[in-house]
Amino acid sequence: MSGAKATVKPTTVEVRLPSRLGYEKVAMSTAAAVAKLMGFREDRVEDLKTAVAEACINAMEHGNRLNEGLSVGVVLSAGPGALEVKVIDDGKGLQGLPPKPDIERKMHGEEDPRGMGMFLIQALVDEAEWVAGANGKASYVRLVIRLDPPSQ
Amino acid sequence: MQSETKSRVDQITSPAGHPVSVLRFEGDIASTSKDAVLGTYQALPKQTTKLILLDFSKVDYINSSGIALVIQLLIEAANAGQKVFAYGLSPHFQKVFTMVGITKYAGLFPGQQEALAAL
Repeated sequence: MSGAKATVKPTTVEVRLPSRLGYEKVAMSTAAAVAKLMGFREDRVEDLKTAVAEACINAMEHGNRLNEGLSVGVVLSAGPGALEVKVIDDGKGLQGLPPKPDIERKMHGEEDPRGMGMFLIQALVDEAEWVAGANGKASYVRLVIRLDPPSQ
Repeated sequence: MQSETKSRVDQITSPAGHPVSVLRFEGDIASTSKDAVLGTYQALPKQTTKLILLDFSKVDYINSSGIALVIQLLIEAANAGQKVFAYGLSPHFQKVFTMVGITKYAGLFPGQQEALAAL
């Protein structure tokens, strides 16, 4: 598998998860495997794993409301210079992005200690967008993580 | 699917002679880890516990729910006048803890020896 970085062909991998906390690790492992095949550095693979895990947790908890009858779709599209990940749920999508978490406010009880998932996603990948699905279903978050340009 | 979080407490003394409670975690730190993280912390005697060291060296996965539990621990410790330090995080989770601001309230060290030397 060495040399994969130079010969990435457009490839799509799909995973379908139950809306059960813990199963985000299946998507994490799959995303990590694809990213390694594409030649991502280890630290970027770790960034991607956390971003994908948080996106799946949001989809399970907020999109599908932990209804195990609903699944979370994860579509990984490997292109020549980047990996795109779509995490799809059956929710209505976001009404707006939450404010950036503030540790000072959390420590003083002025903000919920939770609520850092979306901040981490945005901070760890190159692009993140939340798209509300038509008819209030099939909403998704789209993440993009780019390969570093080859060093000269 | 989520691996159970195990925890235990060791009472040790720093090279400077201070008693330190070391909370050692193993497994995932996620939404199911409340008892292991907060329960273990809350069982420590508040009167005599002043220095707390969190050992993450056997933790592979921490998600935002797990980070929230660590923040809750830090809030309770700050209210009790305790100081919290941590070690054993992977470079990635050191970065994540720094990004969310935890490092303002808990010093991070690479290993137990380095942490104890600073206490």
